[in-house]
Amino acid sequence: MRYNKIALYGLLCVAAVLILAPVFIMVSTSLKSMDEIRNGSIFTLPVDPGFGAWGKAWFGDCAKTLGEKCGGLSSSFLTSVKIVIPALFLSVGLGAVTGYTLAVWKMKGANIMFAALLVGMFIPPQVTLYPLIIMVRELGIFGSIPGLVLVHVIWGVAFTTMMFRNFFKTVPQDLLKAARIDGAGFWPLFWYVMLPLSLPILGVAMILQFTYIWNDFLLGLTFGGRSGQPMTVALNNLVGSQFGEKEYNVNMAATMLTALPTLAVYLLSGRLFVRGIAAGAVKG
Amino acid sequence: MAEPAQGALKPSHDGRRRWRPQWTAKMALIPAMTITIVCFYGFIIWTFVISLTRSRLLPVYKFTGFDQYIRLFANERWWTAMQNLAIHGCLFIGGCVVFGYLLAILIDRGIKAEGMFRTIFMLPLSMSFIVTGVIWQWVMNPGLGLQDAVRELGWTTFEFNWIVRQDRSIYTLAIAGVWQQVGLCMALFLAGLRNIDPNIWKASRVDGIPVWRVYFHIVTPMMRTVFFTVFILMSAIVMKAFDLVVALTGGGPGFSSDLPARFVVDHILNRQELGLGAAGAFVLLCTVIAVISPYIHFELRKERGGRGH
Repeated sequence: MRYNKIALYGLLCVAAVLILAPVFIMVSTSLKSMDEIRNGSIFTLPVDPGFGAWGKAWFGDCAKTLGEKCGGLSSSFLTSVKIVIPALFLSVGLGAVTGYTLAVWKMKGANIMFAALLVGMFIPPQVTLYPLIIMVRELGIFGSIPGLVLVHVIWGVAFTTMMFRNFFKTVPQDLLKAARIDGAGFWPLFWYVMLPLSLPILGVAMILQFTYIWNDFLLGLTFGGRSGQPMTVALNNLVGSQFGEKEYNVNMAATMLTALPTLAVYLLSGRLFVRGIAAGAVKG
Repeated sequence: MAEPAQGALKPSHDGRRRWRPQWTAKMALIPAMTITIVCFYGFIIWTFVISLTRSRLLPVYKFTGFDQYIRLFANERWWTAMQNLAIHGCLFIGGCVVFGYLLAILIDRGIKAEGMFRTIFMLPLSMSFIVTGVIWQWVMNPGLGLQDAVRELGWTTFEFNWIVRQDRSIYTLAIAGVWQQVGLCMALFLAGLRNIDPNIWKASRVDGIPVWRVYFHIVTPMMRTVFFTVFILMSAIVMKAFDLVVALTGGGPGFSSDLPARFVVDHILNRQELGLGAAGAFVLLCTVIAVISPYIHFELRKERGGRGH
């Protein structure tokens, strides 16, 4: 029995090391100098850790780019923030209202519409990509932050609606009756009864939407243009576009910077993330 | 079902006609309904229409029947991408299911520090596929990455240069993909294991059945639906896989690790082959529907059974 326990913890530790190794390599590489990277191994700790590569990744390296901007991630970080905040609130808000309506105000076709939305979550974004480009262009917001916010709301609403609708379905009917007898209409019932009840699911939806929007690449690549590049797109360009020898420490620092916001949200939110990730897995 | 089901929502009986909350409810559905009808289904039809035309840079509505599909199926790069989708799909889904289930079982054995292990295994999930791809591209770098590090440890003939080999690059996608998604499978399996009736464990202990046999012969068959869900979710991820291949291999060397999702985006955005890209997108959609429809059917039946979450 004791050997079993040792084997159990042994296996778990091996798995944990395998999962953490790439993260460790990313952090330690970002703190090394290029000389050390050339002569050392990816597994070693940095001998003389420094944040030089982080600075280059954040502010850019003006010597390496041809005029214009210096190519750092700082501007695309701001772009990402400007996209995430409105897109997050709009998609979660719209999902909450739609989910509430579908779950509580039963009407003709509500189930059909929910099924249509559910299927919509599985549609590969490539299939509707070009018509979406035309629509956004006709609205005159292609290549701008409002355009990206709009496409994120369109792509996020199916998921947020599903989360809220499934949650509101579990609210006891008696509570709704009581609220209606007290004269609560559509909006008061939502605002004063349902929304306060849904705080945990609201948290889950916010965390996951934040993660999805921050981590998105395809929409940012397609709709961002030159001025609206989110951080993932900028990271991919940075890694792919260097001249001469690749600066792996800068690449890893840039990767770390891109991953930090969602990593922080994950580590701080813990259980909420775990609860929601299963429900939201379909979005991939 | 079509009636207002809750008594509370019936109009008041005071005889006066007035603005009923039902109307507000209908108004509230308009934005989501517009998105669903126009941006999901309308745009799918639009893409299908484009795929029937000879559009290149811009859509031109001169119909050529199924010419684009004929071109698509004659396109070598498309077949490479489809073949890669099959290889990557099997390895990725298989890897996630096997390792995810094993990790879930290990965690389910009543260990200490369960929260810590769970947090570690799910850590990569919070990162984007781009981040995952860039990290693994560096780890698998043949010059300075894993190959070099292992050689320095003394195993000088060690070879791990898959990322630059035409015949192996597709396998690197599965490695990075499993690393990222295994935590999700673990979480789903763990939830399933926690739902198993504890009496089964008590009974098997009384009967003296070894733990591995209980898992193999009793628990695993009981987890059918969880396996089904995991399979569907992972297939959905595989078929949309775009970011990871862009960041990890860029579809290369050559087109050896290309995937259909990347083929489509490349033809629509970069190659001015709108019609061909639309045809590819539509074939991709049909593949997704074929895999997903049993799941949707299952979800909706569960829904009618009255279970909420």
